[in-house]
Amino acid sequence: MTAGCRIAVGFLPLLDSALLIAAREKGFAEAEGIDLVLVRENSWASVRDRLAVGHFAAAHMLAPMPIAFNLGLAPLATPTIAPMALGLGGNAVTVSARLWAAMLEVGASLDLDPAINGAALRQVIASRQATEKLRFAVVHPHSGHNYELRYWLAACGIDPQRDADIVIVPPPLMPDALAAGRIDGYCVGEPWNSASVFQGTGRIVTTKSKIWRSSPEKVLGVSAEWADTNPDALSSLLRALYRAAQWCDDAANHADLAALLSRPGYIGCDAEWLMPALSGRLLSGEGGVIVVDNFFVPLARAATFPWRSHALWFYSQMVRWGQIEANETNERIARETYRPDLYRAALGPLGVALPGANSKVEGSLVDATPVGSAGASLILGPDGFFDGKVFDPDQVARYLSLS
Amino acid sequence: MSVRPNLKILVIDENKIRASIIEAGLHEAGYTDVWVVGDIDGIATRIEALDPDVIVIDLENPNRDMLESLFQLAKAVRRPIAMFVDHSDTSSIEAAVEAGVSAYVIDGLRKERVKPIVDMAISRFNAFSRMARELEEARTELENRKLVERARGILMKSRGISEDEAYALLRKTAMNQNRKIAEIAQSLITAAGLLEPGDDT
Repeated sequence: MTAGCRIAVGFLPLLDSALLIAAREKGFAEAEGIDLVLVRENSWASVRDRLAVGHFAAAHMLAPMPIAFNLGLAPLATPTIAPMALGLGGNAVTVSARLWAAMLEVGASLDLDPAINGAALRQVIASRQATEKLRFAVVHPHSGHNYELRYWLAACGIDPQRDADIVIVPPPLMPDALAAGRIDGYCVGEPWNSASVFQGTGRIVTTKSKIWRSSPEKVLGVSAEWADTNPDALSSLLRALYRAAQWCDDAANHADLAALLSRPGYIGCDAEWLMPALSGRLLSGEGGVIVVDNFFVPLARAATFPWRSHALWFYSQMVRWGQIEANETNERIARETYRPDLYRAALGPLGVALPGANSKVEGSLVDATPVGSAGASLILGPDGFFDGKVFDPDQVARYLSLS
Repeated sequence: MSVRPNLKILVIDENKIRASIIEAGLHEAGYTDVWVVGDIDGIATRIEALDPDVIVIDLENPNRDMLESLFQLAKAVRRPIAMFVDHSDTSSIEAAVEAGVSAYVIDGLRKERVKPIVDMAISRFNAFSRMARELEEARTELENRKLVERARGILMKSRGISEDEAYALLRKTAMNQNRKIAEIAQSLITAAGLLEPGDDT
């Protein structure tokens, strides 16, 4: 117990800031003796800068961000660790009403199937030929959004570098950019996909959970220096966040959570916009609902465990898209950014489900599968990539040679 | 490409007043090649055309991730751009983040050449924040005074006391409850509104 310990944490207005907001508002932080001060930021750059100068001890971060920091890919970055993930999934790909109409003509499906809708998109792109390239937006070069959008496009035969433009737009500004025609589509976290569907300007074509089931999205990025000097406070924070994840996972709390997140100081949107992601009932745009299993997973399937195989998959995508050179040093830096040891140390005493390993082969579980664990029993998967590929974290080079 | 004798500075700020304050400061310091852009749309083309040596932008601008990705792609900019003057100059970086300003400079630009620009931006950003804060304080002060006047009026009417007595009563209550006099005034106005007969719309 670290009584009265003040911890300042930065976040961006996104659904998966839920664990942090619930930890503060539902008293889980207080119960751990933490005065959790949440500061909303406008950009990931600002989160990074304020972590670097010590305004923040930790922050809601895109999972690849701390890896990019430690690899020296970001200006003004401070050594940062990821001792906990903040859930799985939560993103989707949205296209403009106009692009959707064109995709429908060539066989796009309403059930968000990434292979079918990717094939339709490829046909649309092929038929455009001489006209300007379609422009897609993601939130950051070092983001799950950037990598899953590129993964999806490439697996569908669309070269994300040659056949499309990929630009950066801040999450809350995506719907406006789409409505104004500045972009043709985007990959972003909720509620910024549903926002476009609610406003009638966009349609969701597939989801992160369909491109790669049970895939990682945000982490708690912690200043390495702060973590070293405040190990007890860090453990308390991780426990508070785990309790918050349990609370967020309970469907009975979803309406309460949506109301909480919708407040002006947090996400600042209609509470209604948050329900599709929480319930997994996305809007079709035609008055119907598309049920997506495990769209956003805050707790189950070890959703908060910082798998080193996740870190290595992000590293593999940095290499794939030319952001970093592949070598053993860089691979080690990426792997060691994730700190499952700190997660275990903090949560072990709670008796919660802890995986037996720190790394797993990604994409090998076709069904939900009980796995070896300490504490409570644990079920992982299904975790497949939509194209059936498998990522073995011990074979990064081989994986890259095949993609 | 070599650095121009007179550095070209691009200020990106959606706040026109703050932008002009910085611009004026840079002019006063002898920098003549200063450009101000408010609207972020089409910024890539603008940067490409201007080819600035230094870019100053407010830290709160939501488009910083986009801007930084332009620098990483090095498509829009012909020369690599790094952040701030010198990574080792932590006090300068802290002061900048504190003030809410970030600066990007082309790689290889000597610290001595850029530091005055960053320092200038920091002091002007701080001056602007101070001004905005004082304005806000003056506004609140005015509102509070109006509240107290209204509350005093209510007390005078309902209790038949003088202006001075009404004020003394408000002040005493505030002191006893360890609250601000404007808060007491606000509570009284709310309560009086609730007690008003026949107006419960």
